[in-house]
Amino acid sequence: MKLEKPQSKQESITKSYQTRSADRIEKIAQRIFTVCAFVAVIAVASITLYMIIKGVPAIFQVGLTEILFGTVWKPSAADPSFGILYVILTSIVGTTMAILIGVPIGIGSAIFLTEIAGKRVAAIIQPAVELLAGIPSVIYGLLGIIILNPLMYKLELVIFKDSPMHQFTGGANLISAILVLAIMILPTVISISSSAIRAVPVQLKNSSLALGATKMQTIIRVILPAAKSGIITAIVLGIGRAIGEAMAISLVSGSVVNIPLPFNSVRFLTTAIVSEMSYASGTHKDVLFTIGLVLFIFIMIINLSLNRILKKGEKANGA
Amino acid sequence: MKIKNFVKKAFVVTCCISMMGAMLSGCGKKDDKTVEENKTVETNKTTEDKKLTGTITMVGSTSMEKLALAVAEDYMAKNSGVTVNAEFVGSGAGIEAVINGTANIGNSSRNLKEEEKAAGAVENIVAIDGIAVVVNKANTVKAVTKDQLVGIYTGTIKNWSELGGNDSPIVVIGRESGSGTRGAFEEILKVEDQCVYANELDNTGAVMAQVAATEGAIGYVSLDVVDDTVNALAYDGADATAENVKSGIYSLSRPFVMATKGEITEQSELVQAFFDYLKSEEGKAIIQQVGLVTVD
Repeated sequence: MKLEKPQSKQESITKSYQTRSADRIEKIAQRIFTVCAFVAVIAVASITLYMIIKGVPAIFQVGLTEILFGTVWKPSAADPSFGILYVILTSIVGTTMAILIGVPIGIGSAIFLTEIAGKRVAAIIQPAVELLAGIPSVIYGLLGIIILNPLMYKLELVIFKDSPMHQFTGGANLISAILVLAIMILPTVISISSSAIRAVPVQLKNSSLALGATKMQTIIRVILPAAKSGIITAIVLGIGRAIGEAMAISLVSGSVVNIPLPFNSVRFLTTAIVSEMSYASGTHKDVLFTIGLVLFIFIMIINLSLNRILKKGEKANGA
Repeated sequence: MKIKNFVKKAFVVTCCISMMGAMLSGCGKKDDKTVEENKTVETNKTTEDKKLTGTITMVGSTSMEKLALAVAEDYMAKNSGVTVNAEFVGSGAGIEAVINGTANIGNSSRNLKEEEKAAGAVENIVAIDGIAVVVNKANTVKAVTKDQLVGIYTGTIKNWSELGGNDSPIVVIGRESGSGTRGAFEEILKVEDQCVYANELDNTGAVMAQVAATEGAIGYVSLDVVDDTVNALAYDGADATAENVKSGIYSLSRPFVMATKGEITEQSELVQAFFDYLKSEEGKAIIQQVGLVTVD
């Protein structure tokens, strides 16, 4: 800009003024965006800090082993006990089972979408999957109440017809919760694994086919292994979604602290917080925050392992 | 220069807003709670001609928190000079505070004991908390006794046929730990911490919906929410109606007592006016609004 010859004094002043203000706008915009970026960082940092501050006191009041490994949850009894072992187990079992059911279906439909389906069929399924991702979780819960619970109750009546020890739950049990979770993680798994499959180089596929492998052999032996890291990412994100879900499963799981057996009414880490927060007080409330902290740690572990997987994937791709 | 200043200001403002946003996202919950826990509500309305001033202290039952806060708020809105402080430490502690003179009113969600009366506390029942036991419409059982109800909720009675109903298993539905209704129900039946629930739902509406949808389900709700989607069982021979609660035949209920030291007429003008308010139409409306049965 400085190389430009000034045509007249007046003009040069105006011009340099304009340039300077343009520069300033650049800088300001840059700063604003920097601040925006820090909002997320500050939010994460303050949430972490807050969860630790609120979640730790109960550990000292009640004792860490008593909370984590106790099996009796009677928070408002005269002699209260705050064992959340069954709650933790329920979250682990529920999430694992939902992943075992949801992931194969998800990967299967991703393969269908990307490799098998014609354009017209894909044009129907793709939006359906996207729509599934957009449905609020409470809707899944309501459908669970209307459809799953009555079915489960009928099944329960048949299976436990002659067992006097069984407590009937009216269909609100672990299986209902697992099925709802499995459907809820589908969109995540499908969309991420289908983009991973699409990213597999065409040469790989073509060479496999050229060598005489059938289409299915190519999919299973070549494409899926090549898309491995993407698919693992999909699974981990699915786990994250399943373990953090509260609304839908609070409606279908019965919400009683029990051993996570298929026909038991169970309580998850998330629903434990949701269902009792409104009236809790004193140590009870503190322990609910500790449950939040446990959940938070679970999700942190999941995210860290996701990062590690992604890094490994990058390295593998780079090499 | 002007532009420079403006830009500087804009930058600072943007920064501030972003920071505040970040702070709020971290601490929003905490702030809400502080507001909620601040039991004293100040208002500036003046409707009364005769102006009462002063402070009424209420100490006692946690079960009565909803009632106490509702009447305190409404009363303060109508009498701007009066502050009603309410603390919730438990029925026993509340009555003790009244006897010691540290509180004007002791809230108790049970009848006073003889020794408490002997120490000078007077039982003023302001409302009754009635609980209805509800079952599915298809259930042929229409009445239960106390023992049967205890059996159902502690898990010794598992099938409706044991009560003369259909051969269908009992699905025991209750509220979450900490709920006032659950506290009252277990307290009246004396089954605190012995209940074996199949469903612990976190609100009254969910209990009603689940009972209405599940054959064989039994649940308990506040008397005022019972509607025709479910059947309310008669308890110990009395139908679950507000009249029966008032007359005392329906015993699945507990009194909400606001105890005073000595009769109400011996209290300060302020406390007397407060009790007058509770007996007025306005006061009764508030009592009914929080789901309780009024007394005459």
